[in-house]
Amino acid sequence: MAAKSVIEAIREAMLEEMRADSRVMVLGEDVGKRGGVFLATQGFIEEFGEARVIDTPLAEASIAGISVGLAFKGLRPIAEIQFSDFWWPACNQIIGEASRAHYGSNGALSVPMVVRIPYGGGVLGGLYHSQSIEGYLYNTPGLKVITPATPYDAKGLLKASIRDNNPVIFLEHKKTYRAVRGEVPDGDYIIPIGVADVKRQGSDISLFSYGLTMHYSLEAAARLEKEGVSVEVVDLRTLRPLDKDTILASARKTGKVLIAHEANVIGGVGAEVAAIIAADAFEYLDAPIHRIGGPDAPGMAFAPTLESAYMLNPDKISAALRELAAY
Amino acid sequence: MAQLKERPATSHSASLPHHDLSVSDSQMLELYSKMVLARGLDERLWALNRQGKVPLLASCQGLESASVGNAFAALQEGGCFFFSYYRELPLRLMLGLSPLDIMVAHYGKAADAFNAGRQFLFQGYSPKHPIIINSNVVGSSLCHATGYALGCKTLGEDTVVLVSFGDGGSSEGEAHEAMNFAGIHKLPIVFICYNNKLAISVPQRKQMAIDNLADRAPGYGFPGYSIDGMDILSVIKHTREAIQRARSKDGGPTLLEFKVERLKPHTSDDDDRKYRTPEELDLVRRRDPLPIFRSYLLEHGVITDEQDRLIQAQVKEKIDQATEAAEKEPWPDPSTLLNHVYSP
Ligand SMILES: Cc1ncc(C[n+]2csc(CCOP(=O)(O)OP(=O)(O)O)c2C)c(N)n1
Repeated sequence: MAAKSVIEAIREAMLEEMRADSRVMVLGEDVGKRGGVFLATQGFIEEFGEARVIDTPLAEASIAGISVGLAFKGLRPIAEIQFSDFWWPACNQIIGEASRAHYGSNGALSVPMVVRIPYGGGVLGGLYHSQSIEGYLYNTPGLKVITPATPYDAKGLLKASIRDNNPVIFLEHKKTYRAVRGEVPDGDYIIPIGVADVKRQGSDISLFSYGLTMHYSLEAAARLEKEGVSVEVVDLRTLRPLDKDTILASARKTGKVLIAHEANVIGGVGAEVAAIIAADAFEYLDAPIHRIGGPDAPGMAFAPTLESAYMLNPDKISAALRELAAY
Repeated sequence: MAQLKERPATSHSASLPHHDLSVSDSQMLELYSKMVLARGLDERLWALNRQGKVPLLASCQGLESASVGNAFAALQEGGCFFFSYYRELPLRLMLGLSPLDIMVAHYGKAADAFNAGRQFLFQGYSPKHPIIINSNVVGSSLCHATGYALGCKTLGEDTVVLVSFGDGGSSEGEAHEAMNFAGIHKLPIVFICYNNKLAISVPQRKQMAIDNLADRAPGYGFPGYSIDGMDILSVIKHTREAIQRARSKDGGPTLLEFKVERLKPHTSDDDDRKYRTPEELDLVRRRDPLPIFRSYLLEHGVITDEQDRLIQAQVKEKIDQATEAAEKEPWPDPSTLLNHVYSP
């Protein structure tokens, strides 16, 4: 096993799947010679040619919509939206079209496509290069929504997504691309969609998170351990479908719950996790469920001081854990 | 049921305009019958809607000859796949849907071949016919059709994709994105606009600053033709050529704009007297494709008044039967509500 970055793991997953299945193809802006702005498809056009690695015009609705049509035909497109901030023009095709074709055709049509979308802040990207869009996606039946945090998960989940017969939205936190490294096996392995992962065992508090915030959560949990508080960190990994069983098992075990995500707290994934626990693990709770995350601003501001005021970090998460531990 | 006596195709000189296109007299009669059937079904559906039985219909009246002619050419050429829009009832008849299929789709009965009562009329997928109408969102299907055509090309198939939409639909960004992409990749696709000069109540002059949508095609790098949709022979000729072009080496897309009329309001929920003058409606009715086609057939001796009456009577009988049968069809079982959210 070799230590790889998240972006290397993603590239490897696509490369292996394209070699194994000639129906798999990639399309998006700059995915050809440039290899994508984050280099996820570097070298692909040389190996697979222009028919399977398509530099599209700058037109997100058609990147998604053409992928829907390709998927109708039985191909397995991986569409890249360059930044999450530019997926809004593609909303109709993803939420309005891809998600409901199977249902609307009474099961006659399938849409085996993956949309890879780099998202998230902490890179001084300002209002238009920092958005967390999962809240708009995870409540759409018919879509699967994935948010890997580690290179290992990224590779295994992306392979599973490419082989899945449904539209899968694969959200990659930009800051993890190169900042996070980890062991990634060479060759084939799959991580099933819809299964959360307990990244750290603990007994006093359950901390649910995903994406970049999952790493900040692990750091905060390590600090709390030194203070005598045992924190279990659960990486949701898949937002749709949410792994209810793992969520409930952890909440029942610890009795205290913190949910942390970079996206706006209001209407976010945390609200759903909290509702699941409140409905099915209420008797086990020793404290109110607590959420932290993005404040109620329409996006992440540009200046470093404003950005860090918006973002979560290990300090903020540690403080919330301490408060909960003391309850 | 009464039998239609067919005239031998040889009873007239070979110089008739449809003969020049290698369309026989009996084929012309067949096309006429389909148009009459489409019209009859449409009229029946209006009546059923007013009785509160059919919740909605989007009338095909006015585009029958264009839709029938277009479908005829595509079926003759073979190997076509259709992404069509809501008004193309005549195309669906040409593709083999029966009057009963049409009726159950409008009721939303379980037997609906496209979606088993999950969506509006004909939306969904009918592999047998083969046709996809994924959505109500105008313009979005041009992207699907383009992706499908790209898929056919990638897999080395010689399928040609035909996608239809209205003049209003052509204003959507997705329509532009699709045509731009199809032009870049020289895809085997025919873009077909049924231009009835209205999008609900909005006239063409507020939809675009040009007279002919077809003029946009060169901007995408392929040819466009503006065609009188009442001239069925011109429709057949241009569709054929567009399909052949799509299939030929170095071919690619074509934009066909069929100028048609909308004889009825936008849908059964609309009242067009709010935005069309009686004079305008009168002019529009004079362009009704059915009498135009009938005159052609009578004038060239392809049909007699007696045969015409026979066709009308047969159609009425078929529609009566289909209406009765559709009434008896079961509604979808509520227990199927959550089926097929995800593919296995
Ligand atoms: C994206 C979108 N906006 C609005 C509507 C509502 N709508 C349905 S049909 C229609 C008019 C379409 O006109 P046109 O494309 O010219 O087709 P026509 O009905 O005239 O044949 C409108 C506005 C819709 N279905 N989709």
